[in-house]
Amino acid sequence: MDDVSLTIAEGEFFAMLGPSGSGKTTCLRLISGFEKPTSGVVRIFGEDMGAVPPNQRQVNTVFQDYALFPHMNVRDNVSYGPMVRGVDRRTRLAEAERLLALVHLDGFGDRKPAQLSGGQRQRVALARALINRPRVLLLDEPLGALDLKLREAMQDELKKLQRELGITFVFVTHDQGEALSMADRVAVFSQGRIAQVGPAAEIYARPANRFVADFVGSSNILPPLMAAAFGAPGAWASLRPEALRIVPAEGARIRGRVTGARYLGAGTRLAVAVSGHSGKEEAEIAVLVPAAQMVPSEGAMVGIDWDTGAVHPMEPA
Amino acid sequence: MSDLHASLPARGLWDRLTALFWRRPGLLVGVLIAAPLLWLGVVYVGSLIALLVQSFYSIDEFSGVVQREFTLKTYAELLRPANADIILRTVTMAAAVTVASAILAFPIAYYAARFAKGRWKAAFYLGIMLPLWSSYLVKVYAWKMILSKEGIISWAANGIGAGAVLDALLALPGIGGNSLSTSYIGTFLVFVYVWLPYMILPMQASLERVPQSMLEASADLGAGGLRTLWSVILPLALPGVIAGSIFTFSLTLGDYIIPQIIGNSANFIGMAVYQLQGTAGNIPLAAAFAVVPIVIMLVYLGIARKLGAFDAL
Amino acid sequence: MPSETRAPWILKLLAMGGLLFLHLPILLIFLYAFTTEDRSYQFPPPGLTVKWFAVAWNRPDIWPPLWLSLKVAFLATALAVVLGTLAAAAMARARFFGRDAISLLVVLPIALPGIITGMSLRSAFAIMDVPFSTWTIVLGHATFCIVIVYNNAVARLRRLSGPLLEASADLGANGLQTFRHVILPNLGSALLAGGMLAFALSFDEVIVTTFTAGQQATLPIWMLEELVRPRQRPVTNVVAMVVFGATFLPILAAYYLTRGGEETAGGGK
Repeated sequence: MDDVSLTIAEGEFFAMLGPSGSGKTTCLRLISGFEKPTSGVVRIFGEDMGAVPPNQRQVNTVFQDYALFPHMNVRDNVSYGPMVRGVDRRTRLAEAERLLALVHLDGFGDRKPAQLSGGQRQRVALARALINRPRVLLLDEPLGALDLKLREAMQDELKKLQRELGITFVFVTHDQGEALSMADRVAVFSQGRIAQVGPAAEIYARPANRFVADFVGSSNILPPLMAAAFGAPGAWASLRPEALRIVPAEGARIRGRVTGARYLGAGTRLAVAVSGHSGKEEAEIAVLVPAAQMVPSEGAMVGIDWDTGAVHPMEPA
Repeated sequence: MSDLHASLPARGLWDRLTALFWRRPGLLVGVLIAAPLLWLGVVYVGSLIALLVQSFYSIDEFSGVVQREFTLKTYAELLRPANADIILRTVTMAAAVTVASAILAFPIAYYAARFAKGRWKAAFYLGIMLPLWSSYLVKVYAWKMILSKEGIISWAANGIGAGAVLDALLALPGIGGNSLSTSYIGTFLVFVYVWLPYMILPMQASLERVPQSMLEASADLGAGGLRTLWSVILPLALPGVIAGSIFTFSLTLGDYIIPQIIGNSANFIGMAVYQLQGTAGNIPLAAAFAVVPIVIMLVYLGIARKLGAFDAL
Repeated sequence: MPSETRAPWILKLLAMGGLLFLHLPILLIFLYAFTTEDRSYQFPPPGLTVKWFAVAWNRPDIWPPLWLSLKVAFLATALAVVLGTLAAAAMARARFFGRDAISLLVVLPIALPGIITGMSLRSAFAIMDVPFSTWTIVLGHATFCIVIVYNNAVARLRRLSGPLLEASADLGANGLQTFRHVILPNLGSALLAGGMLAFALSFDEVIVTTFTAGQQATLPIWMLEELVRPRQRPVTNVVAMVVFGATFLPILAAYYLTRGGEETAGGGK
């Protein structure tokens, strides 16, 4: 990792988003202490962590594959933190029960991790990480192993939990939908650097560069000449498919031929081949047609219209 | 912003040590490896060097005192006909034992790798592991009883009217003898018995790595099946055979108990080492003799490595 | 699933025959412990008796070697467990310079013929004027037992993944606590299995021992003496049964402790 400077506010739900190998997990491990910076500092609440090993940090982690202790039952897993910190047995078991209730696993204390479903294991990992009342909770792709339905339910639950507890959550994911729907702010990682940091809505609407536009959502990325045709000359630009409208070909600002359509349920995503002013520039533009509207057939000539603010210029890199 | 801390203070020695090892991970590895390295690197390798050093000493023929001066005289003694015979005899035996083990091991390894499933597989595994690990001396002893003149083999041979065959076998010049337990045939049999599991295991491991479909394609040993066996399965088992042969060859080279108890008291390298360091008190020559298997094995391992046998170990 | 192919009968016969070849000789040891004939290995035994167990029990020359063997096996196993675990832990922790050299070093005492290990130690003792004692035997045994424990521990540590140790540290455990609460419970059965195999190996070892024992006799050395110069043969059989049991049971236990792993495979003598 190189030249990453990041400030996460207290009580914030922060997501680190990026493809695998982009440095987001390394960044998380710097916070937990499992990696050490070769240069630079990690501060938590202003305190330099340079000499503080993981076990002395008020930071806890929900690991990617949960890393539950296979030889301990759920209760012992959850009360592990207080145990190694010398809390007496009665107190820590009572605390474990409280945490298990918080994650809706009352009565599962005697089971072994192997006897739980993926979703249940994930909750145990969450309870185990929260029992020490960390100042920061780190979550490393915590929902990656769950199926889609469970994942969406857990997203809501995590969000709610974070609001109730008021703890800073730092969340690593490669799923842009997850990052945008849960996080207050998002940092997009690419090749060991941060490509963009900002509130989720801003990342989505105004990607700072081509990488972010490409990775977050499914923007149309317009090279400079094509961008000029859409009214933003001189720079690369991004354009959201849902910001585009299909209009009759006559008198439209841009015209093109439908080359493909994909039905998505909530709408249909059309691929339209358009050419720029010079006629040399060709591009395939994605347009989202809402479900209520008529979908032009493949091969049809259509016009494309958009609101002026929808074309967003950005850095090329 | 807040009066809470992001870190906890260290409590006690172990917290402090943990922090130290976290800051300097190399230190922890160093602390862990120090004792085993000292033991194996200094005590054991030191001893191997001591062996090498001793082999370059010589013994004064009149006083029998070891002269601690560098000389190649002791190694030259190895080339004397009596000693060269010992080396040749041992290597021949090791080679014969290795070949026989490979032949005997193949059906067992092939069956275990290809056909044994579930419970049978576990039974096979244990059936090979137990003889491998169980007492070496007890196994040798069992064979002393089996091969003795009045033992079960003679009894069985006479019982089925094959006593003459046994006698004819024992009358063979060179490898025969008074009884099985005092002949080369006996020594050979016991070596094969004792080291056989060491051949089966790596052979089975390498056969198991062959895709089932390939074995299935050639499993049907019908007409021309032997040909498939020869040209498909055996080459696939070869790395395992070589890995196993490292054991059988090396173990036979270094053994001195079996030829001492079962055989015609002809000398083997191991026996020579044992007698020279013990009753004869000629430690330099004993050391030189002990270096011989090392050199042979190094050459052997070099060849085996070229043939890719280490993947099957 | 392809059609259930069955083994050709000849292959089956050879495989079963091979297994019988491996096991039948050991059964004879048991049979001959009950024979009435004590001067030869006559088959079939002319009669059966249990008196040799009492005779063996009352032979004063058996007990000291037995105690010595047990003592040596315990000490060598204890040393090997400590050293083998340390080496495995270091190797599991990090990639460092000389890894391959160290793993070779661990295997060497067992890869080289026992006579070389024995003769080497004998030479070292001779050069440094170390007198023979229980400890010289223990030293030799521990050297080749390290690899047994190491093999078992290294396989288990590989399965005991990094995240578990990180999770422990993350929750506030220091190194000692992680070892006690996470590593040891997961490693325990592998160490026990390794320890048992090491014990069996040490209890039964004779080749290295003859070079490091001097005038002392362990039980295998006593047996070797009896093999070369037999006295009451069935008594030797009784002792052989004891030795067999003392190695067989730990091996069986080790197998059940590590079932599912591949730890005991590949560990040769």
